[in-house]
Formats: sequence, structure tokens, C-alpha cells
Amino acid sequence: MSGAEEVGLVTPIREVFSENLALASGQTLAGFELITETYGQLNSQRSNAVLICHALSGNHHAAGRYNHSDPKPGWWDLHVGPGKAIDTNRFFVVSLNNIGGCDGSSGPNTMNPETQQPWGPNFPQVSVNDWVTTQALLADRLGIDSWAVVVGGSLGGMQAIHWAVHYPERVRNCVALAAAPKLTAQNIAFNEIARQAILSDPDWLAGYYQQETVTPTRGLSLARMVGHLTYMSADGMSDRFGRDTREMPSDAINAGEMVFQVESYLRYQGKQFSTRFDANTYLLMTRALDRFDIAADFDDSLSDAMAATTCRMLITAFSSDWRFSPARSRELVDALLASGRPVSYAEIETDAGHDAFLLDEPRYTGLFTAWMQQVVI
Amino acid sequence: MRYDLTQIESWIPEGSRVLDLGCGDGAFLNRLQETRRVQGMGLELDPENLIAATQRGVDILQQDMDQGLSNFPESSFDIVILAHALQVLHRPDKVLQDMVRIGREAIVTFPNFGHWRCRLHLGLNGRMPVSKDLPYHWYNTPNIHFCTVKDFEALCSDLNIAIMDRDIVSGPVAALFKQWLPNLFGSTAIFRIRACD
Repeated sequence: MSGAEEVGLVTPIREVFSENLALASGQTLAGFELITETYGQLNSQRSNAVLICHALSGNHHAAGRYNHSDPKPGWWDLHVGPGKAIDTNRFFVVSLNNIGGCDGSSGPNTMNPETQQPWGPNFPQVSVNDWVTTQALLADRLGIDSWAVVVGGSLGGMQAIHWAVHYPERVRNCVALAAAPKLTAQNIAFNEIARQAILSDPDWLAGYYQQETVTPTRGLSLARMVGHLTYMSADGMSDRFGRDTREMPSDAINAGEMVFQVESYLRYQGKQFSTRFDANTYLLMTRALDRFDIAADFDDSLSDAMAATTCRMLITAFSSDWRFSPARSRELVDALLASGRPVSYAEIETDAGHDAFLLDEPRYTGLFTAWMQQVVI
Repeated sequence: MRYDLTQIESWIPEGSRVLDLGCGDGAFLNRLQETRRVQGMGLELDPENLIAATQRGVDILQQDMDQGLSNFPESSFDIVILAHALQVLHRPDKVLQDMVRIGREAIVTFPNFGHWRCRLHLGLNGRMPVSKDLPYHWYNTPNIHFCTVKDFEALCSDLNIAIMDRDIVSGPVAALFKQWLPNLFGSTAIFRIRACD
């Protein structure tokens, strides 16, 4: 975007919570830690706070860079910064890694204080409900009574919706991008294939791979390849890769082999992901995604769930997103209409698929920015 | 402001819930929010208009009226507006029925094809009318369902829709005659309608 800058250098913050956390599963977590980042300044009325909820593989590092030679900014840097949709000149932005994650918050790859061993597969299954509970505790700690905006895409959008439904007095505006009220059978099936890829890796070791200092990278990589494929559209892939081929570089196992660009791309994505992400977290996050159903607490009535909201609401879908298609977003919109709630909805024309919410499509950026500018702080 | 919009504004009670079908850049809804303190929502398809309306603080839904409006509950708005869009719809009859279902009242404006200039154009030239207000040719016009004041009134009768008010826009000279011959001298028709009890 013209005139928009980056937030600059950022430093993660560790927040330690000593209270017992009763999880939706019935289990209890005896204390937990959240790793967070903030951008912009909290105003004196504490009325300009924005919460960013991350998606399946996201984390707290939404914007900015860690040092001057950091090659890549945070995952949502296109939309978080001075003059951007989430304008850090106006808003105080809070981003965190959810519990169960693998980027510093309590999760499978952190120590279980009772056993002094990595949690591994014994980290309790958490849910969207639990994430929002911990985010509310974080808001308490930061002195934020109500969020000006809670925003997220995909699984992050589901957290934003959960906030709007279950904490209406604490959310004044809600943005759910490429989200859905719950997953379809097809969606759960894709997640199950990803899980089975991990579970069938010989290095999986029933989830105790960390103690053996191995990583089920092949399984994780395959899981990511399946996932990544579903975040793109057929047209987008044809435009980007077509049937182009390339020769594998000399340092590859299959050096000299001719492969399609799309093969090479997916392998690269899978490999990169398998070196940064934790397999136990992947299982946990996909299960949380599968089990999310915003209407479940309202006798399966989506309109009753939406009737509990009191905030301004922006729902945005992307035309080529077949993972969380526009029809799923319209279910949310129609439920809001049925309960007499105001809502803005747009279906952005794009061939970028589900991942479009991460990108800078002019019509999307324009609408998102315009809507955020109308937020009263 | 276009005359039909001035007339619509005068029919909007303070604080009412208004749905504007084909709200364009949201300027009119925004005005109603300011002058009538309405709770407004607009339907629109054009992406640039969606952004423009959002910049004005108007809630917008990207939805195609031709695909139906069944997602709007009965009586969920006080007033549903369709300003200068009736003629572009695939099935104006279905949209009208939806309008009086969704709104306690509805307001419809459309160019009157029974206006004397249109009649003269077709009658004398034997060609489809092209004018300042309707600049398109028959083959490229988005206006696929023209009607006259009489046609519209007949349709309302068929659909069991009650006409509460009618206003006809015309030129200054024709204004003298429009009360008696609205279908001949009115260039734009403005109807306020509701479902029959």
C-alpha cells in the first residue's frame, strides 16, 4: 500500500499466568505462559486495543522484524502497521501465540512443570473456547476491558466469532475473514489425512520424538503439502505453475531430476514447515479446528448464537476459497440477518484461494481498511 | 439530490430500519443516517461501491438481488428501498414480493416508459427510445425490464400489493398535466407500497 510503513523492530513478551486454567475438555492446566507481541500505543482510555487471533500455523509474530537483517516480517505485516488496515498509528495491537502452539506459549514442545519433561503428546487437547479464555485473561492483565476490534482469518476468524458470541460486552467490533461457523466433513477429512501423515512417520514415536531428539519431518511435511494445496485455488495454481518443469538443484537428494514446478514448490513448502512447526501442535490445532462449532452451545441454532452478539461485524470471504468457501461465510451473515444484527459482508474476487486473507488484494485491502477506519475508539 | 431521493427521504420516519437495494456508493443511506437517524443497510454488487459505502460508515452486503432475498427475515426492516433499479432486474415481480415481505413498507422508483417522449420516439421513429435519462441502445442496455406507471400498478394488483402513495416526476410544463395523465407526462415514478393485509 502506498504510504504504509512497517511497525519496525519488535520484541516478543512473555506473560506468565499462575492460575489454574479449567479447559473445556474437563482437564486443568496448572498455570500457563503466553508469548505475545504488541504494536502501537494503548491510549489513556484503553479504548483502542485490537486483538489479532492467529490461524492454524500462525503465531504471535504478526508484524515487524526482529532485527535489521531479519529477511521476513511477521505473517500479517501487509495489514498491520502505520497506515495499513490495522493502523498502528490509531490502534494498540495485541498478537499472541495460542496455548498448544509451538512458538513459545505453553504447548507440547514446552516443559511440563510436574514432570520436567516436554509435554509432547500429553499436552491437554485445547479448543477455541480455551484460547479465547486465555486471551481474555491476557486482556485483563493488559487492563483492556473491551477490545475495539477482535480480528482473525480462518481459524483466527473462528476465535473472533467466539469472542463476539461469548464476550459481547468485551468486543465492540469483530472481523472474521475466510471463516466458517464449523467445519464440513470434507474439511475434517483433509485434516485427518494430514494427521495420518504425521502418525505414520516412523519418527513419530507416539509423540515422544522430542525425548529421542528426532522429528517426524516427513509426516509433517506431507501434512503441510496436503494443507497448503487446499489453501490454493486451481486457477491460481495454473497461473503460477502451469506445467512448467525445473531441474532439481545439485544439493537435492534427487539432483538433476526434472520435476514439475508445482512439485518442487510443495516439497519446499512442506520441508520449510517441518523444520519450524511441531507435530504434536499440528495434531492439536487441527483437532481444535475440527471440533469448533459456534452453534453447539445454542442448541445448534446458528442464529441464536449470532443473536448473542452486540458488536459491529465484518465478514469477508474469497471467491476461490474452497476450503472455507463464501457459502460458509454467508451462513454466518444469514444467521446475523435472521437475528436482526447489523453486518457487512463482501466476497472478494480473487484466485488466491483461502490464503487470500494474508495477501494484499486491492479490493480486500480497500474494504478492510475502510471498515477499520470507521471503528470508533 | 435526485428528485426521487428527496421524495423517498420525506417518506422515511425518524429512527427506522432501512434496507436500500442497490445502494451504490452509500451516499443516500449515509444521508438518511444523518437526517433521519435510520439504521441502514445496503445491498450492492460493485466492489468499488462496496468500499465507498463502507468509507461512509454504511453497512453493506455484497449480494445479488436476482439470486433472491430469502435470507432476509419477514418484517426485518421498516422500509425497503429500490431506487432506479427495478428495470435492471431479471425478475422484478419476485423482488417486489420479497420487498413487501422484508419491509413493513417498500419504496420503488423507476423511469416511466409510458412517458410521451418514449411514446413519440417509438411511435414516430419506429426505434427504441434513447434519451438523456436512458442513454443506452436496446442491445447494450442494462435496463432489461422497462414498464410504465400503468404496468406497475397492474403488477401490484396481481401481486396483492397495496399502493400507499404515488408521486410522479416530470418537467415544468408537463407538471401541469401529470396529475391527470401521469403515465403520459411522468418521467420517473415513485411508489410507496406494502403487502395487502
